[in-house]
Amino acid sequence: MADTLGLWGIPLAMLGGAIRVSTPFLFVSLGECVTERSGRVNLGLEGTLVMGAMAGYGFSYLTGSPWVGVLGAGVIGSLLGALHGYLSGKPRVNDVALGIAMMLLGVGLAFFLGKPLIQPTAPRLGSIPLGFFSNNAQLRSALDVNVLFVVGVLLAPTLNFGLKNTRWGLVLRTVGESAEAARALGYDVNRVRLLATVAGGFLAGVGGSFLSLYYPGSWNEGLSSGQGLMAVALVIFARWNPQRCLYASLLFGGAGAIGSALQSVGITTGYYLWNALPYVLTLAILITSSSATRASADMPAELAVSR
Amino acid sequence: MPESRPLGAAPGAEVALAAPRRGWRDFGPSLEPILIPLLALLVSLALFGAFVALAGHPPLDVFFEMYRGAFGTWFSFQNTLQRAAPLLLTALCTALPARCGLVVIGGEGAFVMGGLAAGAAGVELAGSPPTTVIAGMFTVGALAGAAWIGFAGWLRARRGVNETISSLLLTYIAIALLNHFVEGPLRDPESLNKPSTRHIGEANMVGPIPGLDVHWGLAAGIIACLLAYVLMQRTVFGFSAALVGGNARAARLSGVKVAHVIVITCALAGAAAGTAGAFEVAAVHGRANASLVAGYGYAGILVSFLARHHGLAIIPVALFLGGIAASGGLLQRVFALPDATVGVLQGILFVVLIASDTLSGRIRWRAPAGAT
Repeated sequence: MADTLGLWGIPLAMLGGAIRVSTPFLFVSLGECVTERSGRVNLGLEGTLVMGAMAGYGFSYLTGSPWVGVLGAGVIGSLLGALHGYLSGKPRVNDVALGIAMMLLGVGLAFFLGKPLIQPTAPRLGSIPLGFFSNNAQLRSALDVNVLFVVGVLLAPTLNFGLKNTRWGLVLRTVGESAEAARALGYDVNRVRLLATVAGGFLAGVGGSFLSLYYPGSWNEGLSSGQGLMAVALVIFARWNPQRCLYASLLFGGAGAIGSALQSVGITTGYYLWNALPYVLTLAILITSSSATRASADMPAELAVSR
Repeated sequence: MPESRPLGAAPGAEVALAAPRRGWRDFGPSLEPILIPLLALLVSLALFGAFVALAGHPPLDVFFEMYRGAFGTWFSFQNTLQRAAPLLLTALCTALPARCGLVVIGGEGAFVMGGLAAGAAGVELAGSPPTTVIAGMFTVGALAGAAWIGFAGWLRARRGVNETISSLLLTYIAIALLNHFVEGPLRDPESLNKPSTRHIGEANMVGPIPGLDVHWGLAAGIIACLLAYVLMQRTVFGFSAALVGGNARAARLSGVKVAHVIVITCALAGAAAGTAGAFEVAAVHGRANASLVAGYGYAGILVSFLARHHGLAIIPVALFLGGIAASGGLLQRVFALPDATVGVLQGILFVVLIASDTLSGRIRWRAPAGAT
């Protein structure tokens, strides 16, 4: 079957890869989007992602239910978010530096606690076979969509609507645009930001559980290769809009899948260079979307990372 | 704050009256930069102790073994020095740009590029006299690192690209380049299990410092830290960098070429980390391979923050963190603790340290005369 597709196998493998690879990007970037709209940056989501992957696998192994794993990963993620949110609410604490520290802590803790989880096999998440109509094996595998991806796709417009049209969204945006104004209206700026960071940590934790429970689908120390940090850059690219986070994640997922897509049709030249494509793409996007003289109009005014 | 000063009295009058008596408390504020990190260190050790206690190990025994594994014997102390050597240089990769107000976390990438470039140069120059080969390797290694972080600085200065994110992305690109060259164009056909570049030749290796089992990277690191201190605290350039870090607009108005200062500082920072990578190849492995990605760059970030980005403070802090890293092996052997234990301690230390910034300037050293 594969032979009849020929070079068409590349875009197909990329589509399937994009859906698989983009899911962690999607969750982390949606989480970071919520956090950043409140005017705070959490660079520690890379650590949260790895902790989420470890915790999700652990909970799934202990309870036998992958969905308990996903939920547990989210709870662990929100705890890490709460620590970041609480500490960076203290005067003089720099949220960017704290994020770097949380990244090291999260990765260190996950490797320490995850040592006994490398060997056992935990139940994994299922998928929805959207390619049931076709009897082409490649098409079927490309359209084998995991449930968390569907959740993320629905979550993006929901968050977008919520930020624009609900009271909570308005409060969050006010805090992110002008802490002074929010304070004058009687809102507790630190508490709103704490909650936004907790929510961001929850989503990043869920994104991590996808790594260990669906694709690649096991726990080991090389699981994440900077997806948590790239998602932060992706939020800048998506100009702090959850809907655009979805499109950006798909683009990044496609770029991340190109190496193995080429490999699947027998092109192995420059395999490692293709793997670097998402990073090069992120950098190129950052360069074109930044400006030395003015900040992006969509950027929350209280944000420190893209001064 | 209620006003206790009588109406009409000049502000500061009671300060003048209280001035003659000077006790140790008057020096309090200047001790803060040392006392607060020490306090953070104690708190983190306590938290780490609680963590290992929860994991079922007696904390005091763990601390004792860590001390033994880091500084207890001549052998372990040399191990500590060996691990501190690259940290001295990678810490500068964060510390120098920090003076300009930049948070660069791409030391790992500059380290890898420095090692890869040095390994390639060593193979390319094979056959030349050892001094030429060694000089070539270090020049190329330092230049590769300088280009790497200098690029991040240039992007920051010219395009306003956030240097924290760009330097980290560059790290992943550097690792991909290392893998590409080591598995492909530069691969030594004889390296089967661990793809590597060709060996640079025993004659071209940098030897140990006489009397020690530690390579010359340690001396280079200490000299680099001293130079960084002089450059940043004692020269006009260092002062302009501090101006840029304080207020870039004000610096520009007073005639400082902000973009120049940023790019040069970042290039120097990258050169330091690149040199560390070159030492790793020229003095330790003899070839470039995946062993270069050992986390020295990331640990350097922690060293720099713990030392408050100060050149002189980096030396003892690098020694301390090198000791923690050196003790990891003993913890594994004695308590069967995983190698990530060191990572947990580093993470706790880093978080507590950043959180302790909130104390600076808020410790009440002496009650001001007539204060409420």
